Amino acid sequence: MIRVENVSKKYGPLLAVDNISFHVERGGVVGFLGPNGAGKSTTMKILTCFQPATSGSASVAGFDVFKQSLEARRRTGYLPENTPLYPEMRGDEFLHFRGKLRGMQRPQRLEAIKRVTDRCWLGDFISRPIGHLSKGMRQRVGLADAMLHDPDVLVLDEPTIGLDPNQIRETRSLIKELGERHTVLLSSHILHEVEQTCDRTIIIAAGKIIASGSTDELQKQFSAHARVIAEIKGPADEMAAGVKALPGVQDVEVTASDGWVRLAVSPKPDHDVREDLFKLATSKGWSLREIRLEGATLEDFFVKVTAEQQRSHPL
Amino acid sequence: MGNILTMARRELGAYFLSPIAYVVIAIFLFTSGLVFGIGAFQPGAEASLRTLFDFWIILILALVLPMLTMRLMSEELRSGTIETLMTAPITEIEVVVGKFVGAMAFYGAMLATLLIYPIILSMYGNVDPVMLLCNYIGLLLLGGLYITVGLFFSTCTKHQVVAILLTAGVLAFMTFAFDPLSQLLEGWPRVILQQLSVRTHFHDFVRGLIDLNHLAFFVTMVGLFLFLAVKRLEMRRWQ
Repeated sequence: MIRVENVSKKYGPLLAVDNISFHVERGGVVGFLGPNGAGKSTTMKILTCFQPATSGSASVAGFDVFKQSLEARRRTGYLPENTPLYPEMRGDEFLHFRGKLRGMQRPQRLEAIKRVTDRCWLGDFISRPIGHLSKGMRQRVGLADAMLHDPDVLVLDEPTIGLDPNQIRETRSLIKELGERHTVLLSSHILHEVEQTCDRTIIIAAGKIIASGSTDELQKQFSAHARVIAEIKGPADEMAAGVKALPGVQDVEVTASDGWVRLAVSPKPDHDVREDLFKLATSKGWSLREIRLEGATLEDFFVKVTAEQQRSHPL
Repeated sequence: MGNILTMARRELGAYFLSPIAYVVIAIFLFTSGLVFGIGAFQPGAEASLRTLFDFWIILILALVLPMLTMRLMSEELRSGTIETLMTAPITEIEVVVGKFVGAMAFYGAMLATLLIYPIILSMYGNVDPVMLLCNYIGLLLLGGLYITVGLFFSTCTKHQVVAILLTAGVLAFMTFAFDPLSQLLEGWPRVILQQLSVRTHFHDFVRGLIDLNHLAFFVTMVGLFLFLAVKRLEMRRWQ
């Protein structure tokens, strides 16, 4: 449904998106996760035909976003960041205007407006001037607009930013529901949100895709990178040799201080060496004061990535 | 075509939902009424709107129409609605022409209010209907040019104040400065400046003449600035 091939985007000397590729099949919610300034919005602008890529190609619902832009736009619903709307218009006026731009006839528009008003819980707010609505309500009007023509693909840029916790929960459950009928691509810089709403996650930082997959897959991928940290009292050399000889151990770093030896063990993929370490220590009679997994969660990984991007691209 | 009308209707509606439209109409009615009352509506004077149309209306329009055009694109650029607009299936040409048509419709309504003056005059003398028609055609062309210039500058900046200042400056220059400046020059530069002077081209319409040369000037200039506005809007994508 969405194909992105080797897309790069430069703003002057700044490389906002650096040669990214990904495919999204029909249906489901795909999360675009990354720290601020990672290139999420830029990628979305390219996909929704707002700005062309500097190089590479992208297509939505089988239509190239550059060469068949109007066709691609007909099949896409887009909620830009910060939900820009015309404050002087009433909600239903706005939706009529948008429906007309989408080539919908009046009966069709009335039906569609009723449908999106119900789905976005707009109720009577739909007939109020948009400028008088709260941030959350405006967000819903924007979402209603994106869904109005029942598009194949919905692109939602930070759909929950600026909402209160209740509204966030409602919006998330709406997005999940939308994923049953449409292909939804949403961006977020909140890991927790993506974990909750998305079937698949694409992690992007400094313009590059650094990981993608379902939450479980990602979880597995990162626990493979996790290290086991242990602190044991005993002779450092003997300990290093003994640990290295364990079957699941790939590598070990040893640092000794005031009698205690700190081991940072990198296990082989799909091996948990904690039990072996414990057994080794007890068989030798060494005392063990700490043993833990480091960097095992997606969160640890995400925090690390975010920090790295900030170091290399200070904003 | 459908998109152009949709866009035009939205713009026209937006005018009436903002205070600017009412301010513009108020200034327009007040100043034109003042000129009519003091200049044209005098015993013994000719039963025409020549005093009003010859100079004052050009000045009033050059000041008032930029207020009408400044928000056309600038507001979309500032608030970010350009993003929702240009990701809908609508082309840049349709957006620009639609906004032009919307502003022209509003301007048309403004001009219609001026009809009160010939009606008053016809109670006291004979108003030449052909002359009046010529005047109105001229005013539509003049306003059309002013609106496209304003629309073009509005696509250039997200700051409405910048748009209005640029527009009013350029309009004042094109209208009033080219003719006196041309007097200082000799040969072909003089001819070019004379040919570009908006006031000179407008003048025959006031006298009740429709000259193809003048008609062509206004139509070409309107086309040129619409074209520039479309190109400017298309450029935005590459920035």
